[in-house]
Amino acid sequence: MLRILNKLRKIGVVTEPLPHQAPTVLEEIGAQLRGEIGTQFSGSLAIRQVDAGSCNGCELEIHALNNPIYDIERFGIHFVASPRHADMLLVTGPVSRHMEAALRRTYEATPAPKLVIAVGDCGADGGEFGCSYASCGGVAEVIPVDAVIRGCPPPPERLMLGILEAIRHRR
Amino acid sequence: MSAYDWLSEFAAMLSDDDPVLNPEHFTPLGPGRLYSIAVHDWDTCIRHAAFAGLRWAGLWADPVAAGVQCTTCFARGGDYLFLRTQIDSPSLGISSHAPYYPAADRMERHMHDLLGIVFLNHTNARRWTRHQAWPDDCFPLQPAFPAAGNAPGVTPPDSDYPFVLVQGAGVAEIPVGPVHAGIIEPGHFRFQAVGEEILAMEERLGYVHKGIEKIAAGRDAQGLVRLAGRVSGDTAVAHAWAACMAMEQAASVAVPPRANTLRAVLLERERVANHLGDIGAICNDVAFTFAYFQFSRLREQWLREQQQVFGHRLLMDRLIPGGVTADVDEAGVAALREGIRALRRELPGILPILDDHPSLEDRLIGTGVLSRDAAVRLGALGYVGRASGIDLDVRRDTPHAPYDGLELKVPVMQSGDVAARMKIRIEEIHASLVVMEQCLASLPSGDILAPWPAPAAGEGLGVVEGWRGETLAYVRFGSDGRVARYFPRDPSWFSWPALEHLIQGNIVPEFPVCNKSINGSYSGHDL
Repeated sequence: MLRILNKLRKIGVVTEPLPHQAPTVLEEIGAQLRGEIGTQFSGSLAIRQVDAGSCNGCELEIHALNNPIYDIERFGIHFVASPRHADMLLVTGPVSRHMEAALRRTYEATPAPKLVIAVGDCGADGGEFGCSYASCGGVAEVIPVDAVIRGCPPPPERLMLGILEAIRHRR
Repeated sequence: MSAYDWLSEFAAMLSDDDPVLNPEHFTPLGPGRLYSIAVHDWDTCIRHAAFAGLRWAGLWADPVAAGVQCTTCFARGGDYLFLRTQIDSPSLGISSHAPYYPAADRMERHMHDLLGIVFLNHTNARRWTRHQAWPDDCFPLQPAFPAAGNAPGVTPPDSDYPFVLVQGAGVAEIPVGPVHAGIIEPGHFRFQAVGEEILAMEERLGYVHKGIEKIAAGRDAQGLVRLAGRVSGDTAVAHAWAACMAMEQAASVAVPPRANTLRAVLLERERVANHLGDIGAICNDVAFTFAYFQFSRLREQWLREQQQVFGHRLLMDRLIPGGVTADVDEAGVAALREGIRALRRELPGILPILDDHPSLEDRLIGTGVLSRDAAVRLGALGYVGRASGIDLDVRRDTPHAPYDGLELKVPVMQSGDVAARMKIRIEEIHASLVVMEQCLASLPSGDILAPWPAPAAGEGLGVVEGWRGETLAYVRFGSDGRVARYFPRDPSWFSWPALEHLIQGNIVPEFPVCNKSINGSYSGHDL
């Protein structure tokens, strides 16, 4: 236990004022996120992530939002286990035909305002996989989409910016 | 024992008078030997391969003008034996591997669903990769099937899949998925449990089937590597390298030594990145969040170095046919060295805490045990196999450049539990750091890319030790120089059945940590 405490003391807080390339701009994004979430969602935005056919690349980067360096919870964003608890769906694609029904059901189970963000180039338009006998293409082919975050995969900063733009656009 | 000297004995076993295969008459394929056999000898070969203790490593079929060509892959130590036969029509059928090699069950069902091949004496004829996106009498990999499909409209859910039920007093069925509670890939798990104890768990995958084998056809070599890097997003380097290796063999292109060494650096970095993430996640699944945060911090640093030096956090699109896309300058080499040093400085501060943290031990030791026997029978690869006593590593046993000139320590453990699978990964991080140092110390100078000619018709096969284990890729070019067939065989084909097996007798709350310790790829398996 002492060693754990010692390690914690030595490492200190690694959470960044926000991403490395342009601290001032992104520090601002964090503050704006917190502000928007404060006014629009009473300080707490619940996201349900849905992999609708992705290669798992986007999931790895969405996962990184929870690491101590981005620590997205400090802005009031948290990932939830059920669509019934979610304000927003973060959907990666392409939507495989085998996930089509599951994605529709997840969407139906989500209460208003059920914002939907299509994540990644594949979520945007099918990307490398396009449309085929096995793939419906982008998320918008299956459920209504409010915003798109491109990238293959989009890095954590771009994901945060995309979420901010999506909720700001909603106003 | 020198390479392939077991083969004459095996060939002799197959027949007394009429030779099934002549060990001297082979075609090279990848690192191994390809033999053509008669279709009526197929079953004999498989049966004897199992009897001789050969490992079965994969199976694919290729629709050709006169029917369907089936190729199966066996291995012994570092030797690969490919057997090929042809059937005039898929519906004529061919003997199944599944009675001898249980892990072949799903790959054969996959081949049936995509190509219509009937596997005789296969005891499990349920659909696998096919859900409801195409009818059961249509086969997407047949040339006549349009890539766009011919069933527009909404795809219904696959709700009546016949799961195996366990019956008895107090048995409850727990369905989980396809949409899981975390930020992970989709798949369905069906538990049969009494109270908390799992009697059986059955997987239903195929949800992220994206038609990779179909849409690979007609691509050029560069397009195929882009796709290969996305077979499984966490395995971008290994699949891209296997595909490049296959195509480079088919096109007789020699990769410059510098490019090969850089590829190895990328492959080892991918291994370390995934192991760092998973060690933390295993700890997180038993509520030891301290380790989760420490390891996710280390992983993030590691990914940022990759962005800085190679230009992509997950190292996608860094490999192309003939070499690599971006060179590393002196500053880059220095940054990579510093990254290795930094990780070496960090780990001694964290690992001892994991080693003797009683509540961690309590949850990981003895949990999800995969016995050596079961691991051999199921053909377990990578850290799953090595944690259960299977001493197998392509980098050491079938070394390709640059591994043929590197020292590599392959950790092996015997207990086969979650703790062993985590420990193996820790050891593999250390071993990878040593490999990377050797690569950087002896980084050859020169080109990073060989000219890529328009390939003639031909085939090739690549084998690399990805972070999950042995990763194969088969590529055949058509006469137009474009890809006619691509089959990537992710190690997950073998780890998913292992998960079903090792979870029996554990309690339901242990499933997440068992699953994480295996970490099969859904995307790499569903294709």
